Amino acid sequence: MAQAVVSVPAPHAEGPPPGAIERPDFQIVPRAGLVLVAVVLALLIAAIAVNELWPLAFLHFVGGAAWTIIDLFLGFVLGPILGKLSIPARIELTTRLMPKMVLIMPTVVTVTLAAGWQLGNHLGTVQSSYYLHGWLVASYIVVGIMAVIALGLLEPANIAVLVELKKPRPNPQVIERLMKRFIYTAGATGAMQVATLVIMAKLTVG
Amino acid sequence: MSERRLPPVTQIGMLSLALIVAGGIYLAAHLPHQVPLTPAIILLAASALLLAGNLTALALVKDFAWGRFFEIARWALLAYVVIAGMIEYAFLRDQVSGGALVVLSLSLVVFALHVPVLIGFTVARYDAEDEPSVDGVPA
Repeated sequence: MAQAVVSVPAPHAEGPPPGAIERPDFQIVPRAGLVLVAVVLALLIAAIAVNELWPLAFLHFVGGAAWTIIDLFLGFVLGPILGKLSIPARIELTTRLMPKMVLIMPTVVTVTLAAGWQLGNHLGTVQSSYYLHGWLVASYIVVGIMAVIALGLLEPANIAVLVELKKPRPNPQVIERLMKRFIYTAGATGAMQVATLVIMAKLTVG
Repeated sequence: MSERRLPPVTQIGMLSLALIVAGGIYLAAHLPHQVPLTPAIILLAASALLLAGNLTALALVKDFAWGRFFEIARWALLAYVVIAGMIEYAFLRDQVSGGALVVLSLSLVVFALHVPVLIGFTVARYDAEDEPSVDGVPA
């Protein structure tokens, strides 16, 4: 696999020039993954078009579970581990993890919300006459806050850290700062996912 | 890490997105009843004004890495146009019509423009002017 160098303050004995460490080559947006994204989005369009209960429920549950688990795992498990890794290990993990996140998160969020809205239409739960309407509006608010955080902070940090890593001599301080922003915002949305779980459990059991 | 002063593009962008989301929640929370569109229109107008303000403030920044900004923002725009298109499709599929459809469609336009601006800005703010682009073309 091709390698590039990242400047760090510490000296280095051999291989790359002094003050530099190796990082694997990578694609900011993995081209092969785009095919999978296209397939998932096609399934979503088909599910909305046929408006049948099971494909809508399937996509909403699978997407919602993936969204929740990824946010919680990133924020509360991987984030603290990442902070304790050495800089080379951190950079290697980042170059392998973040390109996948560029494709996974927007797809999972789009599928969850679009399928969920259509499911609500199908079941009539989005109507204001629904007896748990207040709980549903609460879920809109929680998801809305999570969406603003994800779109305004998390996604830009994800792209920016990858562009920085792709440079011939990336700045480790910029990478660290952006990765902190990514992990903290993932943790914040992860914490809000707990509220979503409470609301969804209430909506399920009535 | 020394940083030059830049306008608060991210903060304003997030506020703009929050206003769009608030308008959408207001409309969605009252379904299927017709509700006055005025609050949603005010939220949309404020959000669009913040987008315009953000672009103006950014345009006034000297020595900003515009090459890098457009390089990233154009691909992000493509991605978010696709996402906005899917949401629009869902609105049409659910027979949303009239004033509500206009407000929601314009909200999607602001959303699809502002998110790429935020992504392009976040990337370009850390970019030195002499850095080559990720495609090997000078930024």
